[in-house]
Amino acid sequence: MTNLASTTDTPAAAVLTETDDGAARLHRNLFIAIAAVLVVAPFVAYPVFVMKVLCFALFALAFNLLLGYGGLLSFGHAAYFGMASYVSAYTAKNWGLTPELAILLGTAVAAVLGTVFGALAIRRQGIYFAMITLALAQMVFFFSLQTPRFTGGEDGIQAVPRGKLFGLVSLADDRVLYWLVAAIFMGGLLLIYRIIHSPFGQVCKAIRDNEPRAISLGYRANQYKLMVFVLSATLAGLAGATKAIVFQLASLTDVYWTMSGEVVLMTLVGGLGTVFGPIVGAIVIVAMQNYLATLGAWVTVVQGVVFVVCVLLFREGIVGVIAKAIKKPL
Amino acid sequence: MFELLGIPPQALFGQVLLGLINGSFYAILSLGLAVIFGLLNIINFTHGAQYMMGAFVAWMCLNYLGINYWVALVLAPIIVGATGIAIERLLLKRIAHLDHLYGLLLTFGLALIIQGLFRNQYGSSGLPYAIPPQLAGGQNLGFMFLPNYRAWVIVASLVVCLGTWFLIEKTKLGAYLRAATENPTLTQAFGINVPLLVTLTYGFGVALAAFAGVLAAPIYSVNPNMGGDLIIVVFAVVVIGGMGSIMGAIVTGFSLGLIEGLTKVFYPEAAATVIFIIMVLVLLVKPAGLFGRPA
Repeated sequence: MTNLASTTDTPAAAVLTETDDGAARLHRNLFIAIAAVLVVAPFVAYPVFVMKVLCFALFALAFNLLLGYGGLLSFGHAAYFGMASYVSAYTAKNWGLTPELAILLGTAVAAVLGTVFGALAIRRQGIYFAMITLALAQMVFFFSLQTPRFTGGEDGIQAVPRGKLFGLVSLADDRVLYWLVAAIFMGGLLLIYRIIHSPFGQVCKAIRDNEPRAISLGYRANQYKLMVFVLSATLAGLAGATKAIVFQLASLTDVYWTMSGEVVLMTLVGGLGTVFGPIVGAIVIVAMQNYLATLGAWVTVVQGVVFVVCVLLFREGIVGVIAKAIKKPL
Repeated sequence: MFELLGIPPQALFGQVLLGLINGSFYAILSLGLAVIFGLLNIINFTHGAQYMMGAFVAWMCLNYLGINYWVALVLAPIIVGATGIAIERLLLKRIAHLDHLYGLLLTFGLALIIQGLFRNQYGSSGLPYAIPPQLAGGQNLGFMFLPNYRAWVIVASLVVCLGTWFLIEKTKLGAYLRAATENPTLTQAFGINVPLLVTLTYGFGVALAAFAGVLAAPIYSVNPNMGGDLIIVVFAVVVIGGMGSIMGAIVTGFSLGLIEGLTKVFYPEAAATVIFIIMVLVLLVKPAGLFGRPA
C-alpha cells in the first residue's frame, strides 16, 4: 500500500509513533493553549472569520485523519463536506429543525455517504483510490447541480435560519453562535486525537506503513480502512453542516472539486500526519483567501503555486518542521 | 419519417455522433494518461489544463499570427509538448523518487496555476474558433446530416489512437518504452537512456492532450475551464478501463462516449453522471478495471 506520510524525506510519522510522557505533557499543554486561544479569539478577531477558520480546520483535521493516519488520499472530501452542508441548510430552513438537529442530520448523511463511497473506493489502492474518490465526488456535484429543488441549483440554499439551540438559545448573535462552533471544533479535535492514539489508530498506522504485514498479523485491513474512511467523512460532514449554519448558506462551491483540493492544500501546508498541522494549515489558507479575495482568479494561481512549492520543497509542512526541530511529535 | 423507440432518428444519430466525438476525446486523453502513468507512475492532473492549452495555442496562432487550423494542428501539440518536457525536467524529475501521490498533488497545483493564468488573461466566457473552410458544410446521409468537421474529428482521433497503439506495440521505440515500463533499472543497464525516454514520454502524452484540444476548439468554444471537469470524467474512464492496455483505453474511451451520447437521448437527466455510475458498477464487478490486470 502506498502512502504519503511515511515516504516523506523526514519520517514525521515515525517520530509520531513514540508517545513518550514528554510528548503527552506537551500535547496536554497545547490543548490548554488552544482552549485559551478559543476563549480569547472572538474578542480579538472578527468572530465570523474565526468561525470560518474553525470549520475549515475541523474539515482539514478530518481529512488528515484519513491521509495522515490511514495513508489514503481522498480527492473527493468535498462530497461529504458539501452534502452535509446542504442537508443541514435544507432541514434548518425547510423543516424548521433546531440547529443542533440540523447539524446532526447533516453529519449522519455524510456518514452514510462515506460508508457507501468508502466501501467502493477501498476496492482499489494508491492512485486509483484518489481518482475514484474524485469521480464519486464529481457525481455528487452533478447530482447537486441537477436537483435545484433540494440544493437551490446555482443559487444554493440561502438565508438559512440559525435558529435556537435546543429551541432555547437564539444563535442569531455571532458571539453566541461562536461558542457552539468552538465547542464543536474542540470536541472534534479531541475525538480525532483520541482516535489516533487508540489501539484502532495504531492498527491504522500499521496498515498505512505496511499493509501486507498488517494483514499477515491477522488484521482485516479493509475493515480498518473503511472505518477510518467513514470516521473521516463523518467529521468532514460535521464541519460542513456547521459551516452551513454559520454562513447561513450551502452552495455548489462546497461540493466542487476545488473544495476537495483546498482541504488537501490546508493539510499539506500545515503538516501531513501531524495532529495540529491541519489547524495551522487552515488558518494560513483561510487568511490567505481573505487577503487575496480582491485579486479574483489570482487566488487560484497563488494556491497552485503554494501546492507546487509545498510538494517540491516543504513536504513536512509548518508543524512538521517544528516537530522536527523540537524532536517531539506534534 | 420513421421513429426508433419514440425518438426521431435525427436526434438519435445526432447524439450518437456527439457521443462518439466526446468518446474520441476520452480515448485520446485516457491514452495519454495511460502512457504517462506507465513510465512515470504519476497521474497527470495537468492533462485537462494541457488539453485546454492546446485549444488556446491554436486560437492564439490564428488570432495573433494568422496561422491556420492545419498548421496549428501540428504546431500546438509541439509547443504544448515542449512545455510538458520543461515541466518534467524542472519539476516532476525532482519528485520521481517519492510516492506517486506527490506527483498527483504537484500536477494538481500546476493545473490550478495554468487555469488561473488563462482565466485572468481571457476570462471564463469562452472564445470562438471557426471551423476551417475546407471542412465547412456537411453530408446528407439520408437518415441524418453529418457535418464534415465532426466526421473529421472522429477519423483524426481514430488515426492518432491507432498510430499511438502501433508506435507502442509494434515498433522498436515502443519496445524500449514497454521494457522501461516493466523494469527501468534493467532497461537502463542495457544501455537505453531511460531518463530521456521518460521525458519524451511525458512530452508525447502532453502533446496528445494538446492535439485533442485543437480538435475540440471549433466544436466547443475555447475556454480556460474546458479541461477542468473533463479530466475528472477521463479519470473515471481510466478507472473503468484500467491503465494496463493501450487498446483497452481506446476502446473504453469511444464506448463510454457512445453510452453517454445514448443516455442523452433516452434519459438526459443521467447523462452527466452515467460514466460515474458505470465506474461504480465496474468497481463492484471487476475492481481491476475491464482491461486491467488484477493488482
